[in-house]
Amino acid sequence: MGTTQRSTILAGIDGSTYSAAVTDYAAWVATKLQAPLKLLHNIEHRDTPPLMDLSGSIGLGSREELLEELTSMEERRSRILLEQGKAMLQDASQRAIERGCPEPEQLQRHGSLEETLVEMEEEIRVLVVGIRGEGHENRTNQVGTKLESLIRSLHRPVLVVNRPFEQPPQRIMIAYDGGEVSRKALDMVSLSPLYRGLECHLVHVGQGERESEQLQEGAAILKQAGLQTTCAELKGDVKEQLESYYHQHDIELMVMGAFGQSRLRELLFGSLTQRMLTSSNVPLLLLR
Amino acid sequence: MSLYTTRQQWLGNIRADVLAGTVVALALIPEAIAFSIIAGVDPKVGLYASFCIAVITAIVGGRPGMISAATGAMALLMVTLVREHGLQYLLAATLLTGLLQIIAGFLKLGNLMSFVSRSVVTGFVNALAILIFMAQLPELTNVTWHVYAMTAAGLGIIYLFPYLPVVGKSIPSPLVCIVSLTLVAMVIGLDIRTVGDMGELPDTLPLFLWPDVPLNLETLKIIFPYSISLAVVGLLESMMTATIVDDLTDTPSNKNRECKGQGIANIGAGMLGGMAGCAMIGQSVINVKSGGRGRLSTLVAGVFLIIMVVFLGPWISQIPMAALVAVMIMVSIGTFSWQSIVDLKKHPLSSNLVMMATVAVVVSTHNLAYGVLVGVLLASLFFANKVSHFMYVTSELEATDNLRTYRVVGQVFFNSADKFSAQFDFKEALDRVVIDLSRAHFWDISAVAALDKVVIKFRREGAAVEVVGMNEASTTIVDRFGHHDKPEDIDRVLGEH
Repeated sequence: MGTTQRSTILAGIDGSTYSAAVTDYAAWVATKLQAPLKLLHNIEHRDTPPLMDLSGSIGLGSREELLEELTSMEERRSRILLEQGKAMLQDASQRAIERGCPEPEQLQRHGSLEETLVEMEEEIRVLVVGIRGEGHENRTNQVGTKLESLIRSLHRPVLVVNRPFEQPPQRIMIAYDGGEVSRKALDMVSLSPLYRGLECHLVHVGQGERESEQLQEGAAILKQAGLQTTCAELKGDVKEQLESYYHQHDIELMVMGAFGQSRLRELLFGSLTQRMLTSSNVPLLLLR
Repeated sequence: MSLYTTRQQWLGNIRADVLAGTVVALALIPEAIAFSIIAGVDPKVGLYASFCIAVITAIVGGRPGMISAATGAMALLMVTLVREHGLQYLLAATLLTGLLQIIAGFLKLGNLMSFVSRSVVTGFVNALAILIFMAQLPELTNVTWHVYAMTAAGLGIIYLFPYLPVVGKSIPSPLVCIVSLTLVAMVIGLDIRTVGDMGELPDTLPLFLWPDVPLNLETLKIIFPYSISLAVVGLLESMMTATIVDDLTDTPSNKNRECKGQGIANIGAGMLGGMAGCAMIGQSVINVKSGGRGRLSTLVAGVFLIIMVVFLGPWISQIPMAALVAVMIMVSIGTFSWQSIVDLKKHPLSSNLVMMATVAVVVSTHNLAYGVLVGVLLASLFFANKVSHFMYVTSELEATDNLRTYRVVGQVFFNSADKFSAQFDFKEALDRVVIDLSRAHFWDISAVAALDKVVIKFRREGAAVEVVGMNEASTTIVDRFGHHDKPEDIDRVLGEH
């Protein structure tokens, strides 16, 4: 394997409408970071069984017959999916090349997406996925537990794409709560070449005095890294304030630490990451 | 285990799981009653056990979609315990069985299943099918022709009903068999045995009870031999069933978690007045065939079973035994591995002998554990015998020095040690002997002892003996092979030095 650690930009491609946007964003990240792009099509195991015979009787050779029947059904289905996947990857690859990304690699894997990604974790630098897979595209007001579980189990930045790519993002916003996770996120932003030359909005929602200081400290880190930085302190409901802010300032990408709170707190008050995923109109870059 | 996986295992397949669970519950009722009768206890003991084991394994088991409940393999092991000491000792033995299985789970004994070869598994499954069939014979001897007619009609319904268009594949045929035979028996007022004649049926939900036995060594002495048999057979059948479900659904399972899950389920069963149980091959196949894949299917099977039994108790007691026998014959036929008969011609004689020995021992002892033990031993012996053929010795004479060099190639161990010694010609009058072992593998101390004997014999004949390559040959005498898992390590140990 020619891949070194944490080098690859991985884009999750499936049959959903987001696939084109995922390819575009992934190509943008890859060219900006000068990193290799890998397009992944994952063939999931079928959740619902293809066969429902409620006759409840078993006779001589039932087990062998059942195995044969299930095998041939899944074989047919997998063949079709393999073919479709290859076509999707071909399209995505073409698209990425047009966006200036040389030689994107194509990859097909079987199994659950989460397993596949965890296996590849070592080589992933940034993962780009659509907010909803092809199975759930019409459920616009909810985010699958699958995405949440995937973000939780993968310790790499995940860019969640939820709208078509129009132009390379110019203005980004960093949601900052002064906590450990978001401080780490700031360090990552200040070190990464991805954000060079972008306009950064460091936004904090809260009411305390001390937090204002923390915000200034955070801004200093970014300025030191040579990023053009604007600070904003907002009051009120975190989600609403963040949303109105990105509308006002025409923000094109939001960066935040993901799932930083304890599981107990999330259980009681709901997770901010989860709520932002559900309602945000702006692509989210979640840093773990 | 991630949140998503857990959710998927429970809610990934709701509609099909609920339907399949219902189908399974309907088939579990006659089985639980039949197995209680085999064990010699009231039907309610088997029914409570099936409810409890199904529900608990649904939650804590390691193989989603597998059905566990009261089983024939376990029931057969309890017969003498129940006859000689009564139900309370059976419940105590059930608790101990659960405890032993949990310990087995923590010791990761599930991994020992790799010693159970394919032929032994097939033998186990076939023996189980034969035992379930034989257990039905008492219901078919010394009875009027009505019973034969009813049983034959039942089997006819079970196997022909699925061919009916539309309804055939949406109503379980065993249910149709039971309902129609019960109606016939009630309407024409046949005087044949019914489930109600066999003992008490549940009239309430199960209640928590601690077995009423003295807690002393005497009790332990009585129940321990039964518990160990039950624990072993329960785990064996559960592991085999889990493998079958793995193959059918093309998904993995956690075998050690399943061991612990079976243990917890048996402890639960023992405390709620149920007999010990394990996974069921026939029912699990029915579940998969009906579309059941998730944990929900097993849970629904258990819950639906107890609801049916508690609310339909008076009707269930009217079911003629002939209908139950028909369902059990179906289970027996479905459990039997038909392929194994077809394969008899294709497979090597040693595999067939292992399979048939397993079946023979089980059928004669009624204990599946003995059968598996014999099968595993026999398979190991056959294996050792096969491997011992991979050894030969060449030699050449250098006339000038009156020196003979023996080159040993291949596997030397307890079974090939004698063959090894026989390769040397001690009658030849030589001055010097060189034994080159650099391409041999010495697997145990029997091999080393055989070599010592050869050296001594040559010395007694007056030859000077030199052994070459002993170190390389004996690198295989190690008890732990943990660090020989890389190709270069294996090459180093087994390769052409």
